[in-house]
Amino acid sequence: MNALTQNERNALARAVLELDVNNHAGVMSHVVGLFSRRAYNVDGILVMPVGDGGKSRIWLLVNEDARLPQMIKQVEKLEDVLAVRRHGADHAVFERLEEFFQA
Amino acid sequence: MSATPTEIRNAAAEAACRSAVETLSGAQIVVRLLERQGITTVAGIPGGAILPLYDALSETDRIHHVLARHEQGAGFMAQGMARATGKPAVCLASSGPGATNLLTAIADAKLDSIPIVAITGQVPKAMIGTDAFQEVDTYGLTIPITKHNFLVSSAEELLDVIPRAFTIAASGRPGPVLVDIPKDVQNQRIEVTEWPAPGLPEPAPAADAAAILAAVEMIAQAEKPILYLGGGVVHSGAAPLAVALAEKASLPTVMTLMALGAMPVDHPLSLGMLGMHGARCTNLALDECDLLIAVGARFDDRATGKVAAFCPGAKIIHIDIDPSELDKIKTAHVGIAGDVGEVLRALLPLVQPTLRKRWLSHVAGLKVAHPLQTPGIDDPRTHYGLIAAVAAALDDEATVATDVGQHQMWVAQAYPLRRPRQWLTSGGLGTMGFGVPAAIGAALAEPQRTVVCFTGDGSILMNIQELVTAAEEGANVKIVLMNNATLGLVYQQQTLFYGERIYASKFQAVPDFIKVAEGFGIRAVDLDRADQPRAALAEALNTPGPCLIHASIDRHEKVYPMVPPGASNKDMIGG
Repeated sequence: MNALTQNERNALARAVLELDVNNHAGVMSHVVGLFSRRAYNVDGILVMPVGDGGKSRIWLLVNEDARLPQMIKQVEKLEDVLAVRRHGADHAVFERLEEFFQA
Repeated sequence: MSATPTEIRNAAAEAACRSAVETLSGAQIVVRLLERQGITTVAGIPGGAILPLYDALSETDRIHHVLARHEQGAGFMAQGMARATGKPAVCLASSGPGATNLLTAIADAKLDSIPIVAITGQVPKAMIGTDAFQEVDTYGLTIPITKHNFLVSSAEELLDVIPRAFTIAASGRPGPVLVDIPKDVQNQRIEVTEWPAPGLPEPAPAADAAAILAAVEMIAQAEKPILYLGGGVVHSGAAPLAVALAEKASLPTVMTLMALGAMPVDHPLSLGMLGMHGARCTNLALDECDLLIAVGARFDDRATGKVAAFCPGAKIIHIDIDPSELDKIKTAHVGIAGDVGEVLRALLPLVQPTLRKRWLSHVAGLKVAHPLQTPGIDDPRTHYGLIAAVAAALDDEATVATDVGQHQMWVAQAYPLRRPRQWLTSGGLGTMGFGVPAAIGAALAEPQRTVVCFTGDGSILMNIQELVTAAEEGANVKIVLMNNATLGLVYQQQTLFYGERIYASKFQAVPDFIKVAEGFGIRAVDLDRADQPRAALAEALNTPGPCLIHASIDRHEKVYPMVPPGASNKDMIGG
């Protein structure tokens, strides 16, 4: 996650990605490593197990630039990623979290 | 090396007959699963954290262990087996430096899509994270260079992980898989009641039929099409189908470095290798084409040159098993995700036979006007002449491996490759040191073949220790050392692009490679001292067993033509 100013953040178009993944050690590392080694900014990450804990859901708040479709294809190739859904930046999942991130 | 699916099933059936409840260690389970997988040869080096697995290996006579002298050598031996046969191959290493030494071979397999399964020992689970002796985060280190990796936390998990590792390595776009097994997991004893099925490749999803029809239409409409074959054609076993498509639709055909051998170079439609060191006629024809049919190729920068200027007037059909390759570098007009063999099989009957007289005669004209220049090809004491003389002494059954550098490009240009999997070279990562261990692996996997390894004096020193492995195994490898006492491609770039400021590319001290080879226990022939180099060469190549063939070449010789890095392919220097 690169440090961006509030102004820069507001200026960038963003997207929310919803990933269904297997829940075991290392999965987060595979997912975030993919973004960091391509210097692709991830602004927010939210992960919780779902159901009986065998699966997790990862929510990523990312910049929307020309590389995003390629990033999504790369994420889809990961063995432990079961599904990827793309949403607009106004998705409720990060909006509702704002109260926990007051300066 | 590994067996065919039928052999694997037979082996599994046989194993099932003697199934009863057994109490086995994790290490014994791994060995049994490798046997069931049909693995008959593995390469590796033991060490503390993988000793339980080696102890279990000592109990089987169904797996031959090749003791490499450096883990990178073991990794490239596995690659040689996998590249020659197309089936996943196995290398082993201990924790810490054993694992880090494997990394280059694993990264190389990732970039060239080679199915290998690397098994590493790890410190016991309780010691992970304590900076234990020979502890390194193998899992973390290998995330970016594997297709997938595992850190196994119990012996039970091995029953799932090992077959899955083989399935992942061989399915879709092949690639390396690493399995890291802590020492206590190797020692953990569990009851095994049932064995899992061996891990076989999963079929690729079916391709989009509408896209195939669109491609057929584009091929019918094109006036100046070119077929562009990549390594995926070899991996998919689709070379005969690609040649059939070229013939049916009159498609001049270019190949990437990885695809050489897919279409015989002397096929009338072959334009040989494209890109940075392709012949002028090849890059010029591409510059004019109006349709580029990319099959199992990934528009690598060494193939395309400056992307914006690559095939500027062409529509693009791109067929690849990896959906992330479509539209990655060049946006395709028709992108087809699927196994290239299956797509070509579907495409072929729909394509109308076409005789593109005008285009074919124009391409023939380009070939006459701008052929590959191979000065000295009739003189075995020159670089091209040596390559031609080696080819003349062998038939198409021989396998040709290379290291990385000028010699690699000269062989890619001038060796008459005619068979898929005949050609083993490090393309994507460009790893010096690849050649000798990869050739040993290929020779062990296919002992009936002669394996020639062209190398340079720079490359060979990067894995020279494996000469003693070749001697120990009696591997039928013929190492042709083109010695110019120089890091040739560096010297060439410094000469052409750095104002002739030659720095750190000329070796001041050069080993006596004849003595080195003999010291390692393999035969050596010095062509420099041979009165009749052709006869000496033929004798050396056709005598079974390992042999080093030494030939001095001129350091001023360049690989031409050359597209300067970052330039357009039509702006070639030389040649």
